Order: sequence, then C-alpha cells, then structure tokens
Amino acid sequence: MAESIPVAHPHEHGHAHHEPGFFQKYLWSTDHKMIAMQYMFTGMAMAMIGGFFAYVFRMQLAFPGAEVPFFGLVSPAEYNALITNHGAIMIFWVAMPVLIAAFGNYLIPLMIGADDMVFPRLNRLSYQIFLISALVLLSSFFVEGGPFGGAWTMYPPLSSNAEYSQTPIGTTLFIIAVGLEFIAFLMGGINFIVTAMNSRAPGMRMYDIPVVVWMIVIASILFMASVGPLIAGAAMLLFDHNFGTAFFDPSRGGDPVLWQHLFWFFGHPEVYVVLLPAVGIVAEIITVFARKKLFAYKTVLYTAFGTGVLSFTVWAHHQFVAGIDPRMANVFTVTTLLISVPVAEMMFVYIATLYGGSIQLTTPMLWALSFIAEFLIGGVTGIFLGASGTDIYLHDTYFVLAHFHYTFFPIAIIGTFAGVSYWFPKMFGRMMNETLGKIHFWGTIIPFNLIFIPLFILGAAGEHRRIWDFTQFPELAIEPLRRLDQLATISLVVMLAFQSVFIINFFWSLFRGQKAPRNPWSANTLEWTTESPPPHGNWRPDEMPSVYRGPYEYSVPGREQDYWPQNVPN
Amino acid sequence: MSARPIATTRSAAGMPTGRLAVWWVIASEIVIFGGIIASYVMFRLSHESFTVDAASTKMWIGATNTFVLLTSSLFAVLGHKAAEEGDGPKAARMLYLTTLGGLIFLVIKTFEWGDKISHGHTLSSSTFFSFYYTAAGLHALHVAVGMLIMLIVSQSAKRNLELHRVELIGIYWHFVDIVWIFLFPLLYIAK
Amino acid sequence: MATQHAHAPQPSSEHPAHAEEHAHHPNYVRVYVILLVLLLVSIAGPELGIRWVTLVTAFGVAVWKAYLVAKNFMHLNLAPRYVGYLVATVLLFMVLFFAGTAPDVMKQEGERWMKPQDWQQAAAHGEAEHH
Repeated sequence: MAESIPVAHPHEHGHAHHEPGFFQKYLWSTDHKMIAMQYMFTGMAMAMIGGFFAYVFRMQLAFPGAEVPFFGLVSPAEYNALITNHGAIMIFWVAMPVLIAAFGNYLIPLMIGADDMVFPRLNRLSYQIFLISALVLLSSFFVEGGPFGGAWTMYPPLSSNAEYSQTPIGTTLFIIAVGLEFIAFLMGGINFIVTAMNSRAPGMRMYDIPVVVWMIVIASILFMASVGPLIAGAAMLLFDHNFGTAFFDPSRGGDPVLWQHLFWFFGHPEVYVVLLPAVGIVAEIITVFARKKLFAYKTVLYTAFGTGVLSFTVWAHHQFVAGIDPRMANVFTVTTLLISVPVAEMMFVYIATLYGGSIQLTTPMLWALSFIAEFLIGGVTGIFLGASGTDIYLHDTYFVLAHFHYTFFPIAIIGTFAGVSYWFPKMFGRMMNETLGKIHFWGTIIPFNLIFIPLFILGAAGEHRRIWDFTQFPELAIEPLRRLDQLATISLVVMLAFQSVFIINFFWSLFRGQKAPRNPWSANTLEWTTESPPPHGNWRPDEMPSVYRGPYEYSVPGREQDYWPQNVPN
Repeated sequence: MSARPIATTRSAAGMPTGRLAVWWVIASEIVIFGGIIASYVMFRLSHESFTVDAASTKMWIGATNTFVLLTSSLFAVLGHKAAEEGDGPKAARMLYLTTLGGLIFLVIKTFEWGDKISHGHTLSSSTFFSFYYTAAGLHALHVAVGMLIMLIVSQSAKRNLELHRVELIGIYWHFVDIVWIFLFPLLYIAK
Repeated sequence: MATQHAHAPQPSSEHPAHAEEHAHHPNYVRVYVILLVLLLVSIAGPELGIRWVTLVTAFGVAVWKAYLVAKNFMHLNLAPRYVGYLVATVLLFMVLFFAGTAPDVMKQEGERWMKPQDWQQAAAHGEAEHH
C-alpha cells in the first residue's frame, strides 16, 4: 500500500558533515549507540543506589539496632522503604535498562547490519522518559513522609490507603515512576521489534539472526503483551490512593486480589523479559569462546517462544496463599512446573554446545559459565515454590528470596558483566584488563553464593521476609541462625567491595586500555566487522554488510580458520 | 538533526516500517484497554448494585458519540485514499474533518460528564462510576492524543510530504474507534 | 543468497505491493452506511425489553462493527498474516487474564466472609459500625 504513495522526505540520506557539539553528541543524540550508553550508565548508577540499600538493610538484619556506617539507625519504616526501593530499582531501573535497553539498543542494529534503529528520535524520547522516571523515583526519597515502603509489589490496601502506608506523597511518586518506566519501555520495545523484523541486512534470514537479538525482541514482545493490565491497574491504584475510588477496597465492594492478578499477570512474564536477554548474551559468549556452533539453534529459538507463551499461564503461583480459588492453584501448579522444561532445555543446549569445544576461559566466558551454574540452582529451587503444597510453607520466607536472587542475580548482574566484558572492546575501542576482570569475577561469585545459600537455610527454618528485626522472634533469634544472617551480610559487604575492582577496570581501560582491533575475539557476528568503536551510521553507506550464513559457523571442517564471519561471501 | 536511517527504508518483514510499528502499538493498547475492560466486566457481572448506577448513563448521548466517531473514521480512511492517490491537500482536509469529529466527541463528553457530576455521579461516588470514568477517560485521552498527532501529520501532508503517515495515524484512529465501539454497549446499553 | 540492493529479499508470503493498487478499494461510504445501520440496530435492541436480545444486539453488533472497521478501514485483510495472528493472540491473552482472575474477583462470599454488595449498603453498614 504505502509503496505506492509518493513519499517525499524533507532530507535525503546524506548527513551534514559538521562535528556535533557536546550537547548534540552526548545529551541529545539519536544514535542508538549513544542512547545505549545513556541507558547503561543510568542503570549502573541506579545499581549502586540499589546495592547501597541492600547493604543498609542487611546490616540491620545482621546487627539489629546498631548504627549502620554511612546511614545511621534503621527504623522499621526506613527498613520497609529500603527493601521496597531496592527491589523496584533493581528490576525496573537496573535489569531492564541495562539488559534490554542498553544491550538491545547497542547490539540490534549492529548485529543485523543496520545503520541505526528505525525510529531514532522515538529512541531518544524513550530514554528521556526513562530518565524522568528514575528522577521521579529518586525524588520520592526526599518528600515528606518519606519514600514508599509497601514492597515493590504495591499490594493494596497498604498502597491504596495513605493512612496505612504513612507515605502519601511517596506512594504517588512511586506509582508514577513505575508508570513512566513502562511507557519508556513500550516505546523502546517498538524500536527493537520493528528494527529486528524489518531492517536486517540483505541475506539475513530468520535463522541467521544472532540469538541475543531474537531474545531481546521476544522479551520486548512479552513486555508489550503483559504490561497493559498493570498500566490499567496502576491508574486504578493511583485513583484509589488519591481520589477515593474503591477498586481494591473490600469494605466498599472492591477487591484487593484483583490488584494481585493485574500485577502478577505482568509480573511473571516480566521475569522472562529480563531472563531472555541474559540467556542470549550467554549464547553469544559460549559459542565464541568454545569455538563451536550453537548445539541446536532452532531448539533455543522455539524454547524461547515456548517459554514466552507459557509465561502468561503461570502468574498466580505468586498468589497461592492469598486466598485464591484452590482449583486455580492446581492449574497454576501444573503450568509452573511445565515452564521449567523449556528453560531447562535451553540450559541443556548450552551445555551441549560447550561439550567438546575448545574452551577459552576469558573473563566473559567465566561469567557466561557461572550464569549457567548459578541459574540452574535458581531454577530448581523454583520447583519447590511452584508446587502449591510446599509453597504454603515456603511462601514469604527467605527461601523465596534466595530462589529469586539465584535467578535475578545471574540475569541482571552476571549477564551484565558478561555482556560488558565481551562487548567493551567494540563499544569503547579498548580492551579491558583480564587480570582485574578475573579478580572481579571471583570476588563477586564466591561471596554471592555465601550470601544466598544461608538464606535458603534461614527460609526453610522459618525466617519470614520483610521483617525488620528477628530478635523479636525467639525461635529465630537463636545463635546458629543469627550467625547465618551475619555470614550473608558480611559476604555482601565483601562482594560490594570487590565491585570497586570493576569500576577501576572499567574507567582505567576506557582511557588507558590497549587499543582494540575490529574483531579481538575472532567472532562471526556483524558487529565485529566494523571499527571499534563503530562510527555514526555503523558502516559507510556503500559498505553496509550482506549476510551469507548463520552466526555460529565456528570450527567448520575443511576451513583454514576456526571462524567464518557472516558477511564473508566464501 | 539526523536524516532518515537506511534501516527505516528496509522491509524484510513484508510491511513498511511505519505500518508495522503502528500494529505493534495497537497490540499493546489492546492489552491496556483489555485489562481495564476485563476488570470492569468481572465487577459488572458480580455486583448487582452496578445495575442501579448503570441505568443513569444516557444511551442516546453514547449513541451520538458513536455516530460521531464512526463518521470521523470514515473521514480518516478517505484521507488515506487521498494520500494513496498523491493528493496531499485533500488528505490534510480529511484529517482536519477527522480531528473535528474527535473534538465534537470530546465536547459532547464534557457536557455529558458535567451533567453527571452535577447529579453527584463522580469518580468516587460508586465503583461503577469509578470504572466508567477511568475507562472512558483513558479512551478520551487516546482521542485527544490522536487529534494532536493528526494535526501534526496534516501539516506535512498538505505540502505532499510524508503522505504515508496519513494511513498510519488512520489505523490508530480506527483502533480508538473500535475501543469505543465496545465501550458503548458495555457502559451505555448493557443495563 | 545475498543481493546488492539495500532492500532485503522479500519473504514469499508477501502480497506484491502493486496488487493492492489494482484491487478495488471497498466502497468506504457504503461500509460507513452499514455501520450506521448496525448502530441503529444496537439502539433498537433494548427497546424490545428482552434481555438476551439486548445483549446479542449490543455485543454482536459491536463485534461485527469492529470486524468491518478492521477489515475495510484498517485493511487488516491486506496486511501480512502475522498481523492478524498478533491481534488474535493478544485478544486471547485478555481472555486468559479474565479466566484466571474472574474466579477470585467474582466470588462474593466464602466460608467466613462476604463482600458488601451494594455501595450504599456498605456505607450504611460502615456508618453503623463506627458510630
């Protein structure tokens, strides 16, 4: 249809060849790479805030009533606000912007051979709205009454009634911040999906697309299809809180469980929204550093689709003890246990990919391997929670918390470090320091396990979530359990300290690292065919790549080199 | 200001980029409206008390608004036809008429709501009206945004520029029309 | 496999663009008139006073009108098939959401609780309790 409409553009394809000023280049850019950096740095800054909050509340848990260095005494209200904002920040302002927006923005045009996203100005606008959402959330820390403390899940009536929450302004700002973040990602998602669908290089068929691009696209689709009811719900919650409506007020005919359903209908697909990009990053890294083809590309793709579809059918496993219809609980148990199958299948394909490969234990590879190992633990502990019977005991205990940290941490933290250490040479034209990278890796992974394995034990022993001071509970205030809490906290402090190694490595390498060649890892995908860092437009207009094969042709028999880039004709 | 990237001109998925994007936007909007409408239906079917409040919505106002939106949709698609034929000024005029329809819709709504509020039916006077104002308000917001975009598109269209955008905003407008096609029986007829 | 053009190879399922030009546009005004007639039907339905007739005319007409607008105005039938699948899928998700949520939200009473039915009744009840 539209091809027949005469389309006259105000500008032609050429760019005006003037050097952009600081503002145009760094703050007002429409270049997908710059927008990716904006998302990444914002996400990392928010991670430091979220990590700091974790430090404070863990110190309170380990040493109740003591003054926390750099914070002071932690009151119960402050404790609630810290855990609430830690959760919200890590999911909405760290995991999503870094894994989807930063890596998606950076990689998708480069890996499909395009010069930018299809809607560069919409891209810029999406970051700006995202930034505003972060600022709105941060502003809630400074208002009267303080920040919202009703958990990232915002259940009414605590969140809908200012008399209960005691944070009238903080609650409103929190809901608005989340809403704006959703809108930013809806806009960003359009760019990712349409660019990947339409703007592929000539010759790039569906099965030639790198897995990480597929994963980010599927994640964007999942997000767009699941967030709607929660946007409606957020509006309803805002009205309950501020305008006296009663959507969720049972005393006036409303239903708080409706909120839970609206929230988790989104909340569950959301975890797969962040999982899939991380899984994609791991796929790229293990193929390169095992010098081996992905064991079953189509299987990975179809299981990703299957996981995505199934993720819409499991949501009420978060509500098993909320008073839902027990017959529905049976249904959701079955679907929840089922969803572990495609995800496990993906892990099996990765292990099969590694088997017999020529493994190079570089820093990115260490991160990718640890993802598989740690996520496996997270996945299997989910089984106990997905079965409604065991969940009756384990719900709202630290067992749940340890389970989702064993999934989220690999996703958000390991996935990010894997991706950054792998693509840093391309992004910044410099190599990161391998020794520092390995020190950072071990200094993160070992303490990580020492934080959360104790929490499994504590949860099974009955320690409940969202409690400010366990000395009030005689059965839990016993020495062995207190020791475990302290072990977890001290390990967290050690882990946070080791993050300084990453920051030093990152910034030192940025300015003083060895200059990176185009393709330091001898990889196949298209981003490695252009300069490090790529110029504006990624390739010269007359040098845009065409594609001749899939992305994982490593160690192909009969060939001299053990890799075969996608853009090379023979 | 960057020129249009080469990426935007490719269409490996068999559809021009803009149109593909609009359909994805529609898909995500279906879920937003679907959420509020599904919640409303659950309440409506289980609260006898809603019948009392629902009786006070005036069907003929809703029907008039339905007529207005349907007519504006006609102008939108005629605008698309004009754009296809390369007649930018005519497409722009059709878009103006569509926007006018949206304006009439909003004006009628303003009077309708003013009347309701003066009778004590506010956002918080009963749960039926909470849903009524939230759902219809969300829809009205989409009407207003659509009008704004149409005015922007018509400015380029009347100079025969970016004519493909006429179709794109038209698809969005038809979707907004379809949401009202369902809100009308839900809020005004099913009593 | 590779082409030298900036345009990607077209997937085989695409309708060639020019075929749509030659296909007759539906007569938009005619479709519009049908829509108006349907509107009148949906208004007339409640006049009969029979509940199921009202519901069938109101919602049946709505579905039919939506179909006409989608097909003739949005040209959904001319778009690649996956667009239709996409729309169908998200609609299905809405049905899924309803199916998973309604058993809880529509339940008005349990073993030891009941939801206040009527707003006024609840308000009166609340008043009585507090004073």
